Amino acid sequence: MKMADALLTPAARQTTALGMEQLRADFPILDIKVGDNPLVYLDNAASSQMPQAVIDRLVRYQKTQHANIHRAVHHLSDLATQEYESARRKLQRFIGAHEDREVIFTSGTTDSINLVMHGYGRKFIESGDEIILTALEHHSNIVPWQMLAEEKGAHIRVVPINDAGELLVDEYEKLFNPRTRFVGLSHVSNALGSINPVKRMIATAHQHGVPVLIDGAQAAPHMKIDVQDLDCDFYAFSAHKMCGPTGVGILYGKARLLESMQPFKGGGDMITSVSFEKTTYNEIPYKFEAGTPPIAAVIGFGAAIDYLEQIGLDAIAAYEHELLVYASERIRQIPGVKIVGDCPDKVAVISFVMDGIHPHDVGTLLNQDGIAVRTGHHCAQPIMQRFRVAATSRASFSFYNTKKEIDALVEGIRSVQKVFAQ
Amino acid sequence: MSQKSIYQEVILDHNRKPRNYGSLHSPTHHATGHNPLCGDRIDLDINMINGHIEEIAFQGESCAICKASSSMMTNAVKGKTSQEAESLIQEFREMLVNGEEKDLDHLGRLKVLAGVRDLPTRVKCAILPWHTLHAAMNSADSATTEADNHANELVANTH
Repeated sequence: MKMADALLTPAARQTTALGMEQLRADFPILDIKVGDNPLVYLDNAASSQMPQAVIDRLVRYQKTQHANIHRAVHHLSDLATQEYESARRKLQRFIGAHEDREVIFTSGTTDSINLVMHGYGRKFIESGDEIILTALEHHSNIVPWQMLAEEKGAHIRVVPINDAGELLVDEYEKLFNPRTRFVGLSHVSNALGSINPVKRMIATAHQHGVPVLIDGAQAAPHMKIDVQDLDCDFYAFSAHKMCGPTGVGILYGKARLLESMQPFKGGGDMITSVSFEKTTYNEIPYKFEAGTPPIAAVIGFGAAIDYLEQIGLDAIAAYEHELLVYASERIRQIPGVKIVGDCPDKVAVISFVMDGIHPHDVGTLLNQDGIAVRTGHHCAQPIMQRFRVAATSRASFSFYNTKKEIDALVEGIRSVQKVFAQ
Repeated sequence: MSQKSIYQEVILDHNRKPRNYGSLHSPTHHATGHNPLCGDRIDLDINMINGHIEEIAFQGESCAICKASSSMMTNAVKGKTSQEAESLIQEFREMLVNGEEKDLDHLGRLKVLAGVRDLPTRVKCAILPWHTLHAAMNSADSATTEADNHANELVANTH
């Protein structure tokens, strides 16, 4: 059967539990045990697992296609270059970009954001200018802008959130003034899972002539992204959160903007000619891809995109939403447990706190039952401060998770409470 | 739950009813300890009189392992000289970092925390109060688990 069948409709899955079993069999790591317990992997927002198809693609590349790209005239170099550029076109199609040269391979979302900060921010943002960020940002979409603000004497303005973890869009609109130069905005909050109304917020920024960077690290694995429909100026995400390898991600940027920017890193491949008197930079995207990139990882990223598209992003979104609804209902029923950021428009992420029990203890005890959750501040300390907690426990789901695993989580949470009730 | 769980009765009891919890009116020594990994934070007050720890109190937000370790530490060092306390800090750290089985008897009840060494990501939680004690006695204002190279070797750093 086709993998997509496993996720297509709830009815189809009920008639055949086999569908999900076959899909899970694509992920060898899901079979491991933690101590005596089967692994229940609920830390997908930190990093997702890799299907056999992607592992095989990495091995095939390394065994039969590897050489450096954009360099030599020999067979392998040509082949590796073709495969690398083919991955770029896959990413272009995946996000609906107008041209493939608008897709830059980076080492991941953090690198992509730093590229925009150095390439755009350092060139165009000046003393007294303002940058708008939101209270939901990951540290990676805060710290680069703080560094820029400090260097230039610019100011950061922050869009607040409400108790449900939703951005206050009216407040956002009030932050614009003639000194506003840039907006950095997460599509989905990594700590809470809230989906932000980015399309509307981008339109607002554009009315003021301000470009917008979307941090899509937590969105791209879970929903169809169309950068032309969103009309975002930049969009960034990482492969390892969407069944691909670590060490690679992309920055999408509108060609006109990318061309106006200064390079980020200097080196080979990003130049057309070099002399000690004058160096001419290469065209985009190569202007921003200095040095030998992680070629195998890029090609693996392409294979991960193939895998996700075979299942279908709409099917993934629908199934994961079902998991979210089920898990939220079950966790809300446990006395002494509170979901942080319980808004309706979320991806399948549940951040929670337990009365009198620190998240670190929750994580250690759940691990003893084989359940992997993330505990801590999730690299989003401003969110923790907003909700007046030092940390939360976060269960984040993928399309290969099951309701049975959610039951195990609920059982695990009850066991934690029993230990602390001793 | 695993039989080897660190969450034994003694630790849960100290977590629920921490000893020497609170602050001193006018401490001679004070330090704040912080573990950036999980946000644990403790404030430690000491009254040192004639080189002895006459009074000690701690408070803060932390996980059960950190709170139990703090509570048991304050019991263990009360009345001791700063030199005795320093050598206890050293021995406690060796128990968790080097995992040396030799002769833990003089650590007394603190031995129940030895199991934390099987949880590398939690070693810092148990060590934080001891760092803070060291910082307080040496009149540093703050301590962080990030300064402990030995613990860092065991603990995966994040962020």
